[in-house]
Amino acid sequence: MAWLNAVVQGILLGGLYALFACGLSLLFGVMRVVNLAHGDFAVLAAYLGLAVITGLHVPLLWSTLAVAPLFAVVGYLVQRLIIQRSLEVSPLTTLLVTFGLSVVLQNAMLEGFSANSHSLPSGWLAAGSFRLTPQLSIGHFSLIVFAAAVVVIVSLQLFLSRARLGRQIRATADDAEAASIAGTDVRHVFGIAAAIAFATVALAGLAFGGYSSFDPGAGTQRLIFAFEAVVIGGVGSLWGTLLGGVVLGVSQALGAQVDSGFGVLAGHLVFLAVLAIRPRGLLPGRVT
Amino acid sequence: MIGANGAGKSTLLRTLAGLHQPAAGSIHFAGREITHLPTHARVALGIALVPEGRRLFPSLTLEENLLVGARRSSAWTVSRVMELFPWMGARRRQLTLNLSGGEQQGVAIGRALMAGPRVLLLDELSLGLSPAAVRRIYDLLPSLLAEGMAILLVEQDVTQALRVSDLAHCLLEGRITLSGRPRDLSPEQVEAAYFGLAARA
Repeated sequence: MAWLNAVVQGILLGGLYALFACGLSLLFGVMRVVNLAHGDFAVLAAYLGLAVITGLHVPLLWSTLAVAPLFAVVGYLVQRLIIQRSLEVSPLTTLLVTFGLSVVLQNAMLEGFSANSHSLPSGWLAAGSFRLTPQLSIGHFSLIVFAAAVVVIVSLQLFLSRARLGRQIRATADDAEAASIAGTDVRHVFGIAAAIAFATVALAGLAFGGYSSFDPGAGTQRLIFAFEAVVIGGVGSLWGTLLGGVVLGVSQALGAQVDSGFGVLAGHLVFLAVLAIRPRGLLPGRVT
Repeated sequence: MIGANGAGKSTLLRTLAGLHQPAAGSIHFAGREITHLPTHARVALGIALVPEGRRLFPSLTLEENLLVGARRSSAWTVSRVMELFPWMGARRRQLTLNLSGGEQQGVAIGRALMAGPRVLLLDELSLGLSPAAVRRIYDLLPSLLAEGMAILLVEQDVTQALRVSDLAHCLLEGRITLSGRPRDLSPEQVEAAYFGLAARA
């Protein structure tokens, strides 16, 4: 029963990893940008969530309504004002620029919020759970996070395949110059893709803050998990990202079941195994 | 616009479309200077390029390829393009990868038409196509002209290009060496301009 419990908790944790990873996957798939500041932006979202929750006295779920749209705007501006310029120089430059952003963000957060760790007060959500059997229960919060990850990925997938803007994003990912010839404002489309990615980063950051405590340096570890989920699932496939998150979560939970210190390492080992055996990931695809 | 390999024909079209910035001089369209306008804004004004090599979107279906080019103000719709290319109807949900070269060229032209262009820039239409496919594509041009749009055609296949044009220019190393109505130009004149013989003589 303990093992079944580990698998179930691992799947739910995988939802959080998938939520983290889908923004990374989208940015890489559409404009070949590896955003090294991804995890730090998520932590920033958690701090903003904390400010909204304590400042406005609203519950965690409501704070997403303020933080996610704000992050979409931030994402659009970061893309248009910073990443786009580096993209026009060279791909290596974007790597350096996002690494620089990561350093700036971490230190700014250290300056602004101190090195003390915080966590988001999730109220009744944190305590509540469905008790399926005496040994197996599912926390309300982790279930909501998992559901959010599925909803985000399904709606992203629908948006990309059905909406006019989604079609333009796919066309631009295929061939940006040809998309501009067909009348697409490529920079705007990149900005929109970044806005969507950042909104999902905000959700991931808030979910993370509700799960565990965070401090200004917590982003790096999050970035590694997100990378692992993307690579395990297959670069450029959103369904793969969900699967990759779940595989990583289950590996960590099972590893922790063997030995409480073995969880994170087990995740890394499964990641390395996938990289060695199926370097293109479990569900390789195009971005979309 | 005819000329040998490397004469600058494609560069000219790409500059007109906004993909290259001119080193000197300016570009005017319909009484307006557009030298620094980005590509997508030129499309909105009515300049549509059918690029060399067709450049379709491989992960999109045929119909989606057309729809990327769509503009609200355009009189062209998917169904109108499909009237022009009746074979497209049955294959609208297919990826364009599996189409023949001539069919892909049709999709590229259709995508450009979707924007409702006033000027269509056609780059090397015949490149890599079978003679039959080339003929089919060229037979289409009079009906497009009848719609009232202008066509600037860049072509290495001189005979084909002269057959359909009202006005021909020969480009050599970035400069126009000969201009005139095709019927006023003798084959010798064209040949001299094309290979740069007149300049040396």
